[in-house]
Amino acid sequence: MKIIVLMKQVANKDAVLRIAGDEKWINETDVAQQTNESDGYALEEALRTVEAKGGGEVIVCSLGPQSAKTVIKDALARGANRAIHVVVDDVRSLSAYQIAKALADAIRDENPDLVFTGLQSDDASYGQTGVILAELLGIPHATIVIEVDRGSLGDTLRVKRELESGWYQWFTYQLPALLTIQSGISQIRYASLKGIMSAKSKEIREVTPSVDAFASAAQIEKVYMPLKTKQTQILGGGDAKAGAVELVEKLRTEVRVL
Amino acid sequence: MILVFIEHKDCVLNKTSLEAITAAQSIRKDLGLQIAAVLPCDKDCALAHEIAGYDIAKVIVAKNEKLGTYTPDAYADAWERVIKATNPQYVVMSHTYQVRDFAPKVAARLGREVVGDCIRYKAEGGKLTLTRRIFLGKLDADVTIGGEAPYFITFQSGAFRGDAAEKGSAAVEVMDVTVGDIRMTPEAPFQEAKASVDLTKSEIIVAVGRGIKSQENIAIAQQLADVLGADLAASRPICDSEWLPIDRQIGSSGQTVAPKVYIALGISGAIQHIVGMKNAGTIVAVNKDAEAPIFDIADYGIVGDLFEAVPVMIEEIKKAKG
Repeated sequence: MKIIVLMKQVANKDAVLRIAGDEKWINETDVAQQTNESDGYALEEALRTVEAKGGGEVIVCSLGPQSAKTVIKDALARGANRAIHVVVDDVRSLSAYQIAKALADAIRDENPDLVFTGLQSDDASYGQTGVILAELLGIPHATIVIEVDRGSLGDTLRVKRELESGWYQWFTYQLPALLTIQSGISQIRYASLKGIMSAKSKEIREVTPSVDAFASAAQIEKVYMPLKTKQTQILGGGDAKAGAVELVEKLRTEVRVL
Repeated sequence: MILVFIEHKDCVLNKTSLEAITAAQSIRKDLGLQIAAVLPCDKDCALAHEIAGYDIAKVIVAKNEKLGTYTPDAYADAWERVIKATNPQYVVMSHTYQVRDFAPKVAARLGREVVGDCIRYKAEGGKLTLTRRIFLGKLDADVTIGGEAPYFITFQSGAFRGDAAEKGSAAVEVMDVTVGDIRMTPEAPFQEAKASVDLTKSEIIVAVGRGIKSQENIAIAQQLADVLGADLAASRPICDSEWLPIDRQIGSSGQTVAPKVYIALGISGAIQHIVGMKNAGTIVAVNKDAEAPIFDIADYGIVGDLFEAVPVMIEEIKKAKG
């Protein structure tokens, strides 16, 4: 059983974002980075799947600049066996299709049984890299997977997909297959000290992709703060307690719910 | 030609598709294109005549016995055939979970990608500039699409009004499509442990997000809910951590609510949450991050520590209620 997990480094969820000078992305220089949330769950699910199978290999693959090594090393410390780093300095210059193509070229010869990835990135949020990758690899995919029936794993695998409004559906997939994993599928493990120590000797293979021009790419023309659709009354002027007093007054006199 | 996807289960419409019709009608005005609605089905879909009651040129039932139950493989094959037969300029869909599952596959097969989850567009010089949210709703990006048609666009739920779709009369055409091997076997969809709490009926909702920090702290939000006569709800991370049961979850994967008052405590306002509550009458946000997207849709905002604000709110409400 060989599972490849795609993981992306993204801006920290709580980071204050500044728009870059060219107004086409954020200024990433001073922004704290973290592993994309759902990708962390994808790794956990891959590790649990291999453990349930009683053997196999989990390979983490990340496309990004050298700083993405942080994400890779963290994944190795949590239990991934080795890594492929597709080195791209300027990720934002690539569209979803180009990213998927570079990933497909990097992992195709590994012939994985399964490819896991998070359901979308928390920065560009294309939500399609995994699906395009599956198409390019010629394997079936399932998106927004919320449970993997590990006991069913053989030539096929049964997975539970999240639909909308509290609905779910089980599908059985022929392998190899690609799954995009929903956040919250399981509790993510911490890296053990032993894991952190052993990660240092694990292989990280660097790949430099050849990226062809892609005429149909979606181009970001301008990035800006969202236009406000509502006039927000900010209460208390930064003093939370004063704001609370003012709010209750508003709820009583303007909203009239008290 | 603009193709619009009509999503359905057993010939029962997913009403979000009407929003896609409205979007296509709007684009038609700007670009002067005709609209065809596409309905994948295994029979002469009963829904086709309902959709033919809208102001579009025609309804295409893409028919194959393998299209009775949704699978990404069957839908991708059907769409590939319809697109190759009709040569559309645009393919417009609502950004539902099902569309997220198959649309990028169809686009990729045709050497395209999807501009997904758009919230609005503008037409300039015969082409569209789409706006989509990035960085979990913190920023907007204006996006153009290069290359040749077809261009694939999905719109976020609520970006257009489904009840604004103009009525008319369209022809219905059945197109037999070929569908190849299906590599996945679906079981019947089901609802997990039917929600015991129906938040859609709530007048006032107090909702907590990651800013509540720990399960113990939920008590303070519960106290606020109690004095207000409100129901307690949460954003996804809180339910993922099992601090509150999943039937309290608001958002795209939980319940969609429209109470009179929605008080968001420590909720940053990721898109997935906002689509579930943006139609609330009055939105109150308490968050220490002044740039949290929740403030973009809030009527009242307190920028500060919820652990300072909430106890004062509780006391003041008690006083106000005498």
